[in-house]
Amino acid sequence: MTTKLLTVSPSPHVHGDFSTQRIMLDVAIALMPALLVSILYFGVGALKVVFVAVVACVLFEYLIQKYLLKVPVTITDGSALVSGLLLAFNVPSSIPTWMLILGALVTIGIAKMSFGGLGKNPFNPALVGRVFLLISFPVDMTNWPKPRLLDFSFADAVSGATALGKLKEGVMMGETVDKLMIDIPSYLDLFVGNVNGSLGEMSAAALLLGAVYLLARRVISFQIPMSFILSVILLTGIFWFYDPSRYADPLFHILSGGLMLGAWFMATDMVTSPMSKKGMIIFGIGCGLLTVLIRLFGAYPEGVSFAILIMNAVVPLINRSCTPKRFGEVLK
Amino acid sequence: MSDLKTFPQGGVHPSDHKLSSQKKTLILNLPKVVKIPLSQHLGAPAIAMVKKGDQVKVGTLLAKSGGFISANIHSSVSGTVAMISESTDTSGYLKEMVVINVEGDEWEENIDRSTDLKKEIVNTREEIIEIVKNAGIVGLGGATFPTHVKLMVPPGKKAQVLIINGVECEPYLTSDHRVMLERADEMLIGIKIIMKALNVEKAVIGIESNKADAIEYLASKIKDYPGISVQPLKVMYPQGGEKQLIKAITGREVPNKGGLPIDVGVVVQNVGTALSVYEAVQKHKPLIERVITITGKSVKNPGNYLVRIGTPIIDLIEASGGLPEDSGKIISGGPMMGKALTSTEVPIVKGTSGILIMTDKEAKRIPQSSCIRCGKCVSVCPLGLEPYLLYQLSIKRKFEKLENEDVMNCCECGSCQFTCPASLPLLDYMRLGKLEVGKLIRARKNN
Repeated sequence: MTTKLLTVSPSPHVHGDFSTQRIMLDVAIALMPALLVSILYFGVGALKVVFVAVVACVLFEYLIQKYLLKVPVTITDGSALVSGLLLAFNVPSSIPTWMLILGALVTIGIAKMSFGGLGKNPFNPALVGRVFLLISFPVDMTNWPKPRLLDFSFADAVSGATALGKLKEGVMMGETVDKLMIDIPSYLDLFVGNVNGSLGEMSAAALLLGAVYLLARRVISFQIPMSFILSVILLTGIFWFYDPSRYADPLFHILSGGLMLGAWFMATDMVTSPMSKKGMIIFGIGCGLLTVLIRLFGAYPEGVSFAILIMNAVVPLINRSCTPKRFGEVLK
Repeated sequence: MSDLKTFPQGGVHPSDHKLSSQKKTLILNLPKVVKIPLSQHLGAPAIAMVKKGDQVKVGTLLAKSGGFISANIHSSVSGTVAMISESTDTSGYLKEMVVINVEGDEWEENIDRSTDLKKEIVNTREEIIEIVKNAGIVGLGGATFPTHVKLMVPPGKKAQVLIINGVECEPYLTSDHRVMLERADEMLIGIKIIMKALNVEKAVIGIESNKADAIEYLASKIKDYPGISVQPLKVMYPQGGEKQLIKAITGREVPNKGGLPIDVGVVVQNVGTALSVYEAVQKHKPLIERVITITGKSVKNPGNYLVRIGTPIIDLIEASGGLPEDSGKIISGGPMMGKALTSTEVPIVKGTSGILIMTDKEAKRIPQSSCIRCGKCVSVCPLGLEPYLLYQLSIKRKFEKLENEDVMNCCECGSCQFTCPASLPLLDYMRLGKLEVGKLIRARKNN
């Protein structure tokens, strides 16, 4: 009689069909529509930026894990791929390649691996990479190529300021918003993505399409993006109502800049956002508030990256103060 | 069915794999030897009343209740007591068991073995509780809490509603489902008996909508049983948990930190328990057999069997077509909360609702990776706990903090671990934490 050895382990004996890899794959899939729009408007250059950022991020993670930290290599979990994609989405498509690689090193090496790797980083790695580049190389990082639909030539692109940049500069020079708006892309252009901007942030429509996919796959929940976007609408609405000649309307604010990308894809990063639904709402409101304050009163025309990074720092506090309601808690 | 109720907080959806739901219950052949453990219930082990060489019949008292929370144990077969010795039970530990060599099938004379339905309830409340106690009935849903203790409502408390648990939210298991379909009248009379013992006017049978046939059938039956109603429920694990079921049906929350269902005026009993109560009170039959599901993806004939307590599980496996080649794990109970068995010689006990055989492939755990702080464990916890935090605190052995984070409220349903994308052993460490916090609490009480 042969003896069959059985496995003995504690319950549960089944596992749901969820994995880190699948989550990362879903995020990558959700970013594809925006990438497509980017290629349509910025040409092959956009594809090159994405390729370089992704390869650099994955490679840096591999090298650091294998030779520096000497820990098991986990590049197959897809998190470096997503970091690379998001970094590429947050820079101008005209960025010099060496600069982008440096950004990838900061993203993976400093923002992620130095904290212990996946799950242990307090700040969104791609945003740390972007902000590092923005502060270090302000000229290259704000040199936005103009969108040229289906122009795949490698000719030097004409560059110009973003809609938010033009508005900020104009208002500071004493112009009124309605005069400036003549020179600013229409809402339809802002919605489809026919505007200057970071590689992946221009098309609100494409980003929303990806967001719907993430919501349907339950990778993200609506709490953070909704509270983020609604607080931006509310706050910019108040200022617009107060003085429409100096402040743009809420629709302009939600369609321009990196708000859609930030709210749906950056602020929702699981690692750097709160655990509970209540915490997520507080986090989203904080992001919205800071974004508007920076956009309207800060030195930079755009504040989404800074807002999210600042709120990232508050997440541990939010987690400690927003515990879920315990079942059967006797109310005092 | 638009009026499906469920509990509002947490929960998961494991695929249900109810392979045996349409299989009629068969009677399993008598085993040659039975091993009847003296501890098959929550509470103190029973005290043996027989010795080696004693002749016993079906229904003979083998061991008497060993404390306030304990239960009598009866012989499930007729024959000779071979020995009282230690043997491995479902928990994997050695437990004292009465080993009986089976000879024939002779029953105690007072047991009414006819199939006639006896509707009229003649006993008083006190008599019912006494009969249930003597019959050794325990909760058959799996928790095996002695039923008579639940029927004695503490002074100052009042039971308002009896909830009958027909949820069977564990994947694969179908024994309760079959009881509802095949033994409906007996079960409903059993419910009436429990209602009388508790002095309540209202009983609600909670059934998940994946058992539409049972909902429909019982809904047609209850016309003859005033006071009993059927509540269809949305499929959601762990709805069969007492606290979740009460919340789903009544909207009331059993207070945490040691609160009981009776604190919100509710008593919960399993459908199988109601059937056993009928048999004990109306037919004088102690708890000596129960319906058990034998199932698994590679099992040739998944099915439901009426099995005598103490039968080795290998007999049940043989009846279903033998142990499959690719067996990797044998589980007593369902895949979410069941216990993996260490041997095929383990006996069936009162709390065994099913035997699930998993394949080699299913038996292996998925390799774990890093926590990505996704918060899914928090959102699925039906008790509002933060499993990721409890897991970390337990690893770091910070047990006092763990107690403050309410680890003792954990019902070990496994939803967190089931849902974790990093496949972390969350519940393993929470169990460890509960054990250590339990020690802290006891040490404090003793000082």
